[in-house]
Amino acid sequence: MAPLLEVRDLRVEFPTRRGTLTALDGVSFDIAPGEVLGMVGESGAGKSMTGAAIIGLLEPPGRIAGGEIRLNGKRIDNLPYEQMRRIRGREIGAIFQDPLTTLNPLYTVGRQLVETIQSNLGLDAAEARRRAVHWLEQVGIPAAAQRVDSYPHEFSGGMRQRVVIALALCAEPKLIVADEPTTALDVSIQAQVITLLKGLARDKGTSMMLVTHDMGVIAETADRVAVMYAGRIAEIGPVREVVKHPKHPYTRGLMASIPPLDRRVEKLAQIDGSMPRLSAIPPGCAFNPRCPEVFGRCRVERPVLLEAGGTRAACWLYDPASEKRAPEAMRHG
Amino acid sequence: MLAFVISRILQALPVMAVVALISFAMFAYVGDPVAIMLGQDFTEAQRQALVASLGLDQPFFVQFAKFLWNALHGEFGLSYRLSRPVAELIAERAPATLELAFCAALVSICIGVPMGVYTGLYRNSWLSRLFLTFSLIGVSLPTFLIGILLILVFSVWLGWLPSFGRGDTVQVGWWSTGLLTASGLKALILPSITLGLFQLTLIMRLVRAEMLEVLRTDYIKFARARGLANRVIHFGHALKNTLVPVITVAGLQLGGIIAFAIVTETVFQWPGMGLLFIQSVNSADIPVMAAYLMLIALVFVTINLVVDLLYYAVDPRLRVGGGAARGH
Amino acid sequence: MAAAIARMLDSDLWWSFRRSPVTIASAVVALVCILGAAFAPFLAPHDPFDVATLNLIDAFKPPAWAAEGDAAYLLGSDDQGRDILSAIMYGARVSLLVGICSVVFAMLVGVAVGLLAGYAGGAVDGLLMRIADIQLTFPNILIALLVDGVARAALPPAVHDRVALFVVIFAIGISAWPQFARTVRGSTLVERNKEYVLAARVIGISQARIMLTHVLPNVLGPVLVIATLGLSNAIISEATLSYLGAGVPQTQPSLGTLIRIGNDFLMSGEWWIAVFPGIALIVMVLSVNLLGDWLRDALNPRLR
Repeated sequence: MAPLLEVRDLRVEFPTRRGTLTALDGVSFDIAPGEVLGMVGESGAGKSMTGAAIIGLLEPPGRIAGGEIRLNGKRIDNLPYEQMRRIRGREIGAIFQDPLTTLNPLYTVGRQLVETIQSNLGLDAAEARRRAVHWLEQVGIPAAAQRVDSYPHEFSGGMRQRVVIALALCAEPKLIVADEPTTALDVSIQAQVITLLKGLARDKGTSMMLVTHDMGVIAETADRVAVMYAGRIAEIGPVREVVKHPKHPYTRGLMASIPPLDRRVEKLAQIDGSMPRLSAIPPGCAFNPRCPEVFGRCRVERPVLLEAGGTRAACWLYDPASEKRAPEAMRHG
Repeated sequence: MLAFVISRILQALPVMAVVALISFAMFAYVGDPVAIMLGQDFTEAQRQALVASLGLDQPFFVQFAKFLWNALHGEFGLSYRLSRPVAELIAERAPATLELAFCAALVSICIGVPMGVYTGLYRNSWLSRLFLTFSLIGVSLPTFLIGILLILVFSVWLGWLPSFGRGDTVQVGWWSTGLLTASGLKALILPSITLGLFQLTLIMRLVRAEMLEVLRTDYIKFARARGLANRVIHFGHALKNTLVPVITVAGLQLGGIIAFAIVTETVFQWPGMGLLFIQSVNSADIPVMAAYLMLIALVFVTINLVVDLLYYAVDPRLRVGGGAARGH
Repeated sequence: MAAAIARMLDSDLWWSFRRSPVTIASAVVALVCILGAAFAPFLAPHDPFDVATLNLIDAFKPPAWAAEGDAAYLLGSDDQGRDILSAIMYGARVSLLVGICSVVFAMLVGVAVGLLAGYAGGAVDGLLMRIADIQLTFPNILIALLVDGVARAALPPAVHDRVALFVVIFAIGISAWPQFARTVRGSTLVERNKEYVLAARVIGISQARIMLTHVLPNVLGPVLVIATLGLSNAIISEATLSYLGAGVPQTQPSLGTLIRIGNDFLMSGEWWIAVFPGIALIVMVLSVNLLGDWLRDALNPRLR
């Protein structure tokens, strides 16, 4: 089946006083219709930035400097503002992190739903309002017919995020970009919200790009997962494979640092060092200064995504052409 | 709602009390009203009689209570300078000042808000830069100088508009209005601009700052992500959220306008309360100064109350339990 | 000394100063104003107060470039035959003097009150800030006018004339202290809870000393910004008071007094008597304002 969303070699730059920073570099992935793609990585790895680039709302001065984004085969990365606006809402919906700040405090949730439905689907006011109530019911707001005239501050955090989900879905987009949809919520509510989101996406056949740093959420929700590091994709593949048999040394480190649920461990592994700042990304593989398996080629040549037995990893270990060698640390040690 | 209004009024009372005390202290202790009212020749008996009739021989609190009681009834005694009841003088002058202040507020809001919105939305356009430069000059120009320069250009050099006075006025009941005659309206133009210009630049800068702040918020970004039109986002969502701080400052500025009217009225010889006040300051006419001070305090307190009520109308978060439901 | 200069040239403040041509220009203009005013007795072409040199034949001369202009009176002369340029230089002297003195006065009162309120907290803080709030409700100029009016009524005319300058300084200063007090209180509250202050308290340094040696230096940045912007406000307030006839005595005319005098001749066409002092006032205030804006942005880049 043809992919719904294709991202090819996406490059996002931030011109600053001290030179241009490359926030995203050569990011490529697809999302098939109905598929949920998880995006994980540390803060600053570029996962939210990828979402913002797709919905065309990069914070200035950030801009797409290269590559392309296609929705249903049609390029959307270079559209003028007005055309992109018509795509937002009715073709790509978005969910943001903090439901306390994503809703306009001065308008009732009903009004915000109605204006979204009307401006995207062109329905009359009565029909839009009927749908607004319907959507509130769908996302599990009790007594939706009364609550539709409530203001955001009259809802709890979890309920507000449900309202945000209703707002993102109410114009029936084919793709949802959900940026950390549960991070700001109480732990007890996170599971409910993610179940709701997953259920709705499945029912409507909506694809989803789920940005999160919570591997638990990914494991439970996503079909495939992309691991980002320093503005690049380190590894991408089916969730089971990436979680159980990570290929990229970074992914391995990441997985080893997550406490397993099924057994007790004395000490969690951690990756030494920290992710480089955007102004100081090393040449070659961005991970090379921290990689336990680094060798010569990693420092000079940037790895591309390579087949790595079930997943694809941006790591020279999986290039048959690389001369397999023992990690340098050992040789010198 | 009622509880909210009452609590605000209770908060305003100490302010009024302090102002009343200052006014009274001025009234009672500054200068010697007896000497002023008696003139050159008087006997001790005359002096004593006057002191007694003014109640100046009574204890402080009795005098203060009396002063308050009289003030509540609009009695502030006789002007030293004009020997007429102060209340009458002020009532005579009030329409002129209020009409001027109203027009100045209209000018500053109707021009200041759109300019602020524009410079907030298109922060790098050349017009925005022009507006900002203009506003910096506006803040640096003393009100009286603006008036003088306007008179020089539009009255002296061009001869288009009158340089002083209210023009022809029409009596509507006890209120004399300049809004109904052509010459009255013409006379209003220069003073209104003079008085409103500082407030205009202030409102413009404030709206711009608030607009920039609001446009950065998540809910504006989310509104864009929902595919709403720019027009709806900018003038619905964004502008409405800038209103709360703008109402505060604009409201307080309205009070400022009435106070600054002192200067504008002097420049244009506008027969209002401000001109009366400045004439009183120059001739140490304490009763008029005290009454004016109380009146201005009342105006400020009233404006603050109205501003609070407007908040109430704009921001639903304040409506539930008087602000207790903020946040979660 | 050399080290201090080197440190200054290396600082962020100096760096941002050099990068802004507008700021450099306004600094130069402000400096010219200050020097011109300070050395007016040496620099001014005439002495406008020396009655002996005044001649009514020289009255109402238009600026030198006008048809009937006189090169001796560059910016023209007024009704008494005084040279406008000289009057402006002497007037700016009074304006600046009153402005600076009243800002310093407001600063001393405001910083002291702010430190006290912020450090003492509780009822003292509540009372002081309530007073500041009440005063802030009323425009500066109204308060200054009121103080001036009361002084006029309370003092015998002869005494009043002698102390008029101090009355104006007091009136303007007392109308401006709350801004300082509020800012200093805010910063004091922040500083008070920082660890170095706690540490100083633990090792037994007295409260007053902690305030003066630890807290005060940390609130000086914002105070400097308010003082600079306050100076332009004070100059405007003084000019306004003098224009209204309630400011400095006629014997020591400030720029505001000159404009007041010139105002009377506006309608009869002698515009220069009011306009040139007005321009001088604008230039002075604008340059101080620009410096204040720069200082605010330079000391607190986040505000941009």
